[in-house]
Amino acid sequence: MTALTTPLAHLGRAVLAFLAVTGRVAIFAFDGLTHVFRPPFYLREFLTALLHIGWLSLPVVGLTAFFTGGALALQIYAGGARFSAEAVVPQIVAIGMVRELGPVLVGLMIAARVTSSIAAEIATMKVTEQIDALVTLSTHPMKYLTAPRVLAALIVVPLLVGIGDIIGIYGGYIVGTQQLGFNPASYIKNTVDFLEFSDIFSSMVKGCAFGGIAATMGCYFGMQSGRGAQGVGQATKASVQAAAVLILAANFLLTSVFFAS
Amino acid sequence: MITLEAVHKSFGPKRVLRGVDLTIPKGESMVIIGGSGTGKSVMLKSVLGLVTPDQGKISVDGQDVTHAQIGRDRDAFLARFGMLFQGGALFDSLTVWQNVAFRLLRGSLKRPKAEAREIAIEKLRRVGLTPDVADLFPSELSGGMQKRVGLARAIAAEPEIIFFDEPTTGLDPIMSGVINDLIREIVVEMGATAMTITHDMTSVRAIADKVAMLHDGVIKWTGPIAQMDESGDPYLDQFIHGRAEGPIEAVR
Ligand SMILES: Nc1ncnc2c1ncn2[C@@H]1O[C@H](COP(=O)(O)OP(=O)(O)O)[C@@H](O)[C@H]1O
Ligand SMILES: [Mg+2]
Repeated sequence: MTALTTPLAHLGRAVLAFLAVTGRVAIFAFDGLTHVFRPPFYLREFLTALLHIGWLSLPVVGLTAFFTGGALALQIYAGGARFSAEAVVPQIVAIGMVRELGPVLVGLMIAARVTSSIAAEIATMKVTEQIDALVTLSTHPMKYLTAPRVLAALIVVPLLVGIGDIIGIYGGYIVGTQQLGFNPASYIKNTVDFLEFSDIFSSMVKGCAFGGIAATMGCYFGMQSGRGAQGVGQATKASVQAAAVLILAANFLLTSVFFAS
Repeated sequence: MITLEAVHKSFGPKRVLRGVDLTIPKGESMVIIGGSGTGKSVMLKSVLGLVTPDQGKISVDGQDVTHAQIGRDRDAFLARFGMLFQGGALFDSLTVWQNVAFRLLRGSLKRPKAEAREIAIEKLRRVGLTPDVADLFPSELSGGMQKRVGLARAIAAEPEIIFFDEPTTGLDPIMSGVINDLIREIVVEMGATAMTITHDMTSVRAIADKVAMLHDGVIKWTGPIAQMDESGDPYLDQFIHGRAEGPIEAVR
């Protein structure tokens, strides 16, 4: 009997633990958001966060998008050739980048780059009592640390996604025109004609959601960090995992909302 | 006046505070002694609300602060406090002077930048640091210097109640003397209430009006500094004379 029920009990406990964490994260995220709109505001922290999340992420976002766009063009060309539909490369690259790959890849890169660094920084502050020190200096850690980072991510990640989309399409364009023999002018025309406003809009909404998830997870796991260097390591790992999974789940959800009708 | 009544705190199975009773009258300097790991830092943090006690009551000037949440009232409450953390707890993204002037650069005590910087440099001087450290980052300082910057930050806004967690640990004897004098001065001149944790018996004699010894999660002995040597308490005697033999086990 126990041999049968033990795995069930494990599963049950895991599900309960997952639900508990989800609840705590949701409360944390809501709390963080309310602080975004209530004074005091810390402009300096916000500008620093904009710089780190946005500007300094540009190289990695650009490279990721460029190579992915190029690879996409090659795949679509090869796949399309099987039923003589090679000509759809510009359209499918555009739609694939803007609707899915742009937001998802930028989101994952932000999770790798920004979530991890936020989590490690805040966890180190926790471990070295800097968070306690903030409180004793009458400064709310959620306002001073979380709100500026979340707000910056909400604003700047959609922009990064937009840039990623463009560079991805450009990657496809380079491969298409240099290697696959597409005419440059008609490649651009096909891309522009094919994309609709709703594609671009969905891309931005996804960017906003993924940015929010990435920054919130970094802050949450940083604040929850255990003691010592091990605590910081755990917090960082958990934050990136959670951010990546949540971004992919949110992407599925948003794609269903936007395109499955 | 700060009072702790039957304060309990456990971390998992570890029972750290097991019924702490202590009163610190206004304007007095209370020194807490006790072996490392006995919960002295936890006790200070529970007064500030950084650690929430499992049981018991803490009040400051008659106001119950045991379960105070972070918020507007709490900000007003904390604005009266200064705290030096055991590890310094300096913000490593800010320069030394910005650390010291942290409270003066934002919130209700905000003042112009130039003035805040001037005050910071003055406080740095009081803890024996020259103005040229002002623009360095905490990571560029030695441990003892970081401690003193932490001290300068704790006193920057001239608080009424100051907590010092091991202010002289890691300092050379001369600098310890400077810090002891400074703490004494703050209590006498500013009329502040001070609670200091230390292992350094020279410090205890230099800064204490009263002494309390924490052991096994309770206050084993408390009384005026003058009675410390004639207490007849075997725990206290062992501690102040640093004897390996006695009721306090060396392996804890
Ligand atoms: N946040 C915490 N989580 C778990 N254990 C803690 C925490 N803070 C303190 N402790 C434990 O409580 C005990 C007392 O710690 P502390 O008050 O720092 O001792 P000390 O008297 O040396 O200042 C130690 O055993 C420490 O490991
Ligand atoms: Mg301590």
